[in-house]
Amino acid sequence: MKSLGSIRRSFAPWADPASKPFISVKNVTKRFGDFTAVDDLSLDIYTREFFALLGASGCGKSTLLRMLAGFEQPTSGEIILDGQSLAGIPPYRRPVNMMFQSYALFPHMTVENNIAFGLKQDGMPKADIAARVAQMLKLVKLEKFSQRKPHQLSGGQRQRVALARSLAKRPKVLLLDEPLGALDKKLREETQFELMDLQQELGLTFVVVTHDQEEAMTMADRIAVMSHGKVIQVATPAEIYEAPNSRFVADFIGDVNIFEGAVSGAEGGYVRLEGANGFPIRMASPERPAAGARSAVAVRPEKIRVSRQPPANAPVNAVQGEIWDIGYLGDMTVFHVRLKDGRVIKASSLNAVRAVEDPLGYDQEVWVSFGEDAGVVLKD
Amino acid sequence: MTRVASALFSRLVIIIPYAWLLFFFLIPFFIVFRISLSQTAVAMPPYTPVFDLFGGLSGIVEKAREFSFDNYVWLTEDVLYFNAYVSSVIIAAISTLLTLLIAYPIAYGMAKAPKTVRPTLLMLVILPFWTSFLIRVYAWIAILKPEGLLNQFLLATGVIDQPLIILNTNWAIYIGIVYSYLPFMVLPIYSSLEKMDHTLTEAALDLGCTPFTAFWRVTFPLSLAGVVAGCLLVFIPAVGEFVIPDLLGGSETLMIGKTLWNEFNANRDWPVSSAVATILLLILVLPIVYFQNAQAKADSEGR
Repeated sequence: MKSLGSIRRSFAPWADPASKPFISVKNVTKRFGDFTAVDDLSLDIYTREFFALLGASGCGKSTLLRMLAGFEQPTSGEIILDGQSLAGIPPYRRPVNMMFQSYALFPHMTVENNIAFGLKQDGMPKADIAARVAQMLKLVKLEKFSQRKPHQLSGGQRQRVALARSLAKRPKVLLLDEPLGALDKKLREETQFELMDLQQELGLTFVVVTHDQEEAMTMADRIAVMSHGKVIQVATPAEIYEAPNSRFVADFIGDVNIFEGAVSGAEGGYVRLEGANGFPIRMASPERPAAGARSAVAVRPEKIRVSRQPPANAPVNAVQGEIWDIGYLGDMTVFHVRLKDGRVIKASSLNAVRAVEDPLGYDQEVWVSFGEDAGVVLKD
Repeated sequence: MTRVASALFSRLVIIIPYAWLLFFFLIPFFIVFRISLSQTAVAMPPYTPVFDLFGGLSGIVEKAREFSFDNYVWLTEDVLYFNAYVSSVIIAAISTLLTLLIAYPIAYGMAKAPKTVRPTLLMLVILPFWTSFLIRVYAWIAILKPEGLLNQFLLATGVIDQPLIILNTNWAIYIGIVYSYLPFMVLPIYSSLEKMDHTLTEAALDLGCTPFTAFWRVTFPLSLAGVVAGCLLVFIPAVGEFVIPDLLGGSETLMIGKTLWNEFNANRDWPVSSAVATILLLILVLPIVYFQNAQAKADSEGR
């Protein structure tokens, strides 16, 4: 059996100019009075894609999802699903189903009747409904709970019922609004992988809204990072993390150190930056910004080394400071190194061995350094 | 000390409702029940036996022997009482149904209104209570009588050419009860609709329901607790209603409240009227028990 990972690795329809998007959001704007929730937003989502809308609360991600579901109508622009415009189509005629953040399970119905709700509404024959419900219960491993009412279930079980109910009608697209938001951390992590497996197994298109970057990174094929009603970057999790297209994305996803300076030159795929915290930076970059332009380099903490001895290429990409804070997280240790100008650089190192001889301690003079391909030159 | 005090206080809080029920329901009920077992007498009070505290225990036991269920037997012998009970229940049931049909859309509209408007709407529903109930029922006479406002309006607009006879019919009673008891129906339904999670409706729409079917399959079943509460709040007082049938109903209108009033004031037959009241209470206890069961069931469903 092929592992899901190998299927996922080869899945990249967005890179193929011949493939047609399944959902096309075209210049959609949504205003509530004076407030613009979604601002001239366009994006494409492909069949069988696990697509995440990521952003802080109030960035418009939920509004976009509600427009896909049909609960809100765009003020302007158009959404196309499978070649058909969704304009004016009410929620009950759309081939999409939604899993609500609050789960919205019907409290007066058993688990079984909750799952069968949409099927009964469609007038499916009784025997078929029973078969489908049994299949759904098996899928979410709740066979024993079919006769319970929602209030007799735990949070995790309710989440599964909500998932089963939204999948029962076999929608072309499943919309998930903060699907794991109400679960505790451990359950959330387990459920992330279950959702991914389920999505592969059923071959559905998932659009998930989340504010949790880890959740988006783990589950999604592609992530759209949103802010103030606009999409800032749409890319795979690895691209978002390693090649953020802007300071906002670099800052929003994970921890980052930003070094600002002026471009002093560019040669052979490298950019030189002066004036950033008093040390020169040389960084690989496909772009060639003009000399003298203000620019910034973003370097992730795990790509920064902390050492007692000066590195070979010092002072390029290296600076001295003292250890200000140490955070021991078990799997890794985070160092906050304070430079002479008062700025703090975050560095982290993996704890690959159980005990380190003569570990770095507080107030020690150290060098922090990074490689010439460790960071990204940011455009803005 | 404070723990003892707070324990005492929480005891006291529980005792208050029980004490209230004891003094203002149970004891009066036993007095009425005791009178219903007596016989009429031309005396003061107008029944025998009357207990004499100086007769000692043996005197009380002696007198208690005179108690009998004759008055209850009497109620079964005269078909008037049976008819009055049945007609009261029917009139109350029809009125309750009409009240529900009018109150539900009002409550629904209130619950769907913008949050800022809701307190005002709630005030408007309660507003009629600021005027005396009796005055409002009298006002209906002026509206419903043959030369009243309603007929004048309908005649003037040409909808009818003969005045409608509404006053002194059962229709006038229905109108009176619906009008007087509407707030008791609106408020519990409103409260059950108002606390409902609106995403449940969205979930129903998402799963293929039109707004209408979403209402019948989700919203209405979830408001049933409010509907049951409202129906009982209207039905129970309506069965024993006296003022509305007396003022708006005709002479042939048979309602148990009127019968009771006649027995008590016109016939001065306290024992029979007490028996009528006791049976009325028993008839009403059934829906109350049903209501409590429904409420307990709804509570156990986590609503």
